[in-house]
Amino acid sequence: MTHAAYHPATRPFRKRFADAAEPYLYSAPALILIVAVMLVPLVLGISYAFRDIQLLNPFSGGFIGLDHFRALGQDQAFFRALRNTLWWTGASVFLQFVFGLILALLLDKPFAGRGLAQALCFLPWAVPSFLAGLNWAWLFNPVIGPLPHWMYAFGILDAPNNILSDPQLAMWGPIIANVWWGIPFFAITLLAALQAIPRDLYEAASIDGAGPVQRFVSITLPFLAPTIAITILLRTVWISNFADLIVVMTNGGPADRTQIVASYIFTQAFKRLDFGYASAIALVLLVLLLVYSLLIVLLRQTLLNKD
Amino acid sequence: MRTRKLAFTLAHRLAILAYIAFALFPLFWLLKVSVTPNDLLYSEGVRMWPSRATLEHYTFVIAHSAFPTFFKNSLIVAGSTAVTVTILASLAGYALSRFRFRAKYWIVALMLITQMFPLVMLVAPIFKMLSPLGLTNSLTGLVIVYTAFNVPFATFLMQSFFDGIPKDLEEAAMIDGATQFIAFRQIILPLTLPGIAATLGFVFTAAWSELLFALMLISGNDAATFPVGLLTFVSKFSVDFGQMMAAGILALIPACLFFLLIQRYLVQGLTAGAVKG
Amino acid sequence: MASIDIEGIRKSFGAFPVLHGVDLTIRDGEFIVLVGPSGCGKSTLLRMIAGLEEVTAGDIRIDGKRVNDLAPKDRDIAMVFQSYALYPHMSVADNMSYSLRLRRSTKEKIASAVSGAAAKLGLDPLLERRPRALSGGQRQRVAMGRAIVRQPKAFLFDEPLSNLDARLREQMRAEIKKLHGDLRATSIYVTHDQIEAMTLADRIVAMHGGVVQQVGSPLDLYDRPANLFVAGFIGSPGMNFFEGRYIVSGDRADLRLANGVMLPVRRMAGIESGAAATLGIRPEHVAIAGGGALEAKVDLIEPTGFGIIMHVSVHDVPLKIFTLDRAMLTPGATVRIDLPQESLHLFDEEGRRLDRPPA
Repeated sequence: MTHAAYHPATRPFRKRFADAAEPYLYSAPALILIVAVMLVPLVLGISYAFRDIQLLNPFSGGFIGLDHFRALGQDQAFFRALRNTLWWTGASVFLQFVFGLILALLLDKPFAGRGLAQALCFLPWAVPSFLAGLNWAWLFNPVIGPLPHWMYAFGILDAPNNILSDPQLAMWGPIIANVWWGIPFFAITLLAALQAIPRDLYEAASIDGAGPVQRFVSITLPFLAPTIAITILLRTVWISNFADLIVVMTNGGPADRTQIVASYIFTQAFKRLDFGYASAIALVLLVLLLVYSLLIVLLRQTLLNKD
Repeated sequence: MRTRKLAFTLAHRLAILAYIAFALFPLFWLLKVSVTPNDLLYSEGVRMWPSRATLEHYTFVIAHSAFPTFFKNSLIVAGSTAVTVTILASLAGYALSRFRFRAKYWIVALMLITQMFPLVMLVAPIFKMLSPLGLTNSLTGLVIVYTAFNVPFATFLMQSFFDGIPKDLEEAAMIDGATQFIAFRQIILPLTLPGIAATLGFVFTAAWSELLFALMLISGNDAATFPVGLLTFVSKFSVDFGQMMAAGILALIPACLFFLLIQRYLVQGLTAGAVKG
Repeated sequence: MASIDIEGIRKSFGAFPVLHGVDLTIRDGEFIVLVGPSGCGKSTLLRMIAGLEEVTAGDIRIDGKRVNDLAPKDRDIAMVFQSYALYPHMSVADNMSYSLRLRRSTKEKIASAVSGAAAKLGLDPLLERRPRALSGGQRQRVAMGRAIVRQPKAFLFDEPLSNLDARLREQMRAEIKKLHGDLRATSIYVTHDQIEAMTLADRIVAMHGGVVQQVGSPLDLYDRPANLFVAGFIGSPGMNFFEGRYIVSGDRADLRLANGVMLPVRRMAGIESGAAATLGIRPEHVAIAGGGALEAKVDLIEPTGFGIIMHVSVHDVPLKIFTLDRAMLTPGATVRIDLPQESLHLFDEEGRRLDRPPA
């Protein structure tokens, strides 16, 4: 038996380089696109917050420091939009989650026609968001929609009005549309997580004497908890930024009563073409989101450390 | 005992039926109004089905309006985006699934971050960036933007499908004489056909529905996609509900078709990733 | 066919060392079995030979040529995986011909190679089937067929029989051995099952903790295990061990157990009186004799059909005996036994084998 002197394996540089570069070559096209179309504008957008950019004014573009933020501090519409965002996000996420969970539980066990039922229940997600918005706007419109009349018949409204024109009730329109549209997402994600729970656990629990509610509480919920947590976290962020339905159904009205921060940014950019102010609001939104995410990460760390 | 089980089953079926009704009713109403002739529209407002159904709105929308252009534009944009994203996401998802490399953590972090911030923020800068390139008011511009927006989620989707395929297969192929790329093309890709179908369908649906950036970037009717077209019609004229709804039904069809085809794979794909951990 | 040289191989995953210097020379046509418990590094070594893992230090040569930097596809070796790794979307025939198709071999060559391998393995009726329509044993044969078609320099097997049930494993073991007799191909076979190692190998490489413990023919390892690990790993049921102190007085040498019992042993070289030592004897070598020196109390009987494994205790020290004698013994009974000197193995406090001083 021969013993070679200990020497670290040297490979030709070209091969080492080619090997190391391989994963980057695979991911480069995607990365380049993301950086160009999402990161660069992000940085640009942040810079706009400190400049005066009026699209219609070719002479604008100058640096104005914190002027936008000063204006923002006085902007009542902005603060109302902040409150609305909380209301919109909270109600939407809660209702989507509860009804989505129930649907997932209903679909978990096989039954005749489950495939068809599943496809039909998930269909709303395929509907383009703008169409969902228009669809529900039309449903709430007493001229051609049944809902105002039914609500009047059930005593919920005292006249078959369009709730979208009612400053008190307008927010419910987009919320209901959002719930209709968003239940499938929660249901699909929770269903996938439910199906990953090993059936043996339920069988063992039944043998041990656990009833359906106990099985749900001691097996289903703990297994589902991580998925629920992540899904709710992600959807909260996503929904708080989801302006499509509001823009389509109420355009922020009546009188800015349904404006959320994301739709407010859009109207500032699109309607008033004030890119600078819009960017300033967007920057504030971004900071708020970062703080929210940091809080979640900290919360997760403390929970993990407790174990 | 049997009656309890029966009652339970009955309650279960009723609940499912309630969900189906809730899911389908708005679409049904859309259909109903779209086949209600104009003279009955207001008088028969709350009926479940018009006394006289008609296809006049559909013929109008298809033959006499700008909607076919909108439809065609949306098909081009959504289709191109779906194909481009799937190609890019397959490559990147494969890299994330199979290779161990230092930047992997950063790439994943980058993709996650892009999913978190509000796209609305980018509306202004993207407009200013695309404008000198002549890409505003163009379908190409939309495809570029939509592709970038959808690549991160599609990459994660493809990655979870790749994770479900054992690495032995590539190793066996490499021992048999293949390079990693050949193994990727000839062995792995054919096995992820469900994943590819799911990604294509998902991206197509997302691109088909996108509203805000289309609204921002498109100004004329020539390059208008369906959302823009429909919305401008709604706000411009005294609303012809029958036609609007007919156009809406037409807008639904591609998205729903795709979705019905791939929704089974979505659950499968999400579970595959979950089982892997 | 080729020889394989492994020189000074070390492997670390990041900062975590797995192989600590392995040297091995495999001759052309030899069937080498790498055997050891999970985590000993045998699969890692195999994968390094295949080119599926990077070498941290050392050299691997196939037929004298250094292959450290060669991709798997350029090393001209074939591998049979534990999970078979058959291409699910191809038929059996396509699976077997894939490597030749990659090399753009002619249709005639491919057809003859595939039919030749299929005939050897009894795969002819299965050629058009997909892997999912095959049983475990059939899939394993297809995996081997895929390897044979290549006519490679060496065959690598990574625990190929682990996923099969016991009966099938016996069958496949015999088939692999027969195939090796036909083809005389250099083969490296990894397993954790010592029976596979004993029955298949020309030479066994016993590994533990990333280090080679012993290399030798199966009977070498059985008769003269180099250390405690090999002694305990090879042979089923496993060897009995007694720990104690090696005591010399006059002409005698004994192992004194903790409870004072003295077991006579031979005088050994390389150990001082009073040093700690371990005595080993295989269950099949314990002699049951009416006039035996030790009295054992029967605790448990395990009949295996062919023979009996008896669990006994001698002065409260547990011992396993394997005997073909079907004497109707029951738990609680006593029996007299002998530990024949020629069957004893003695190991020093490091676990190394001790031998008698040269004559």
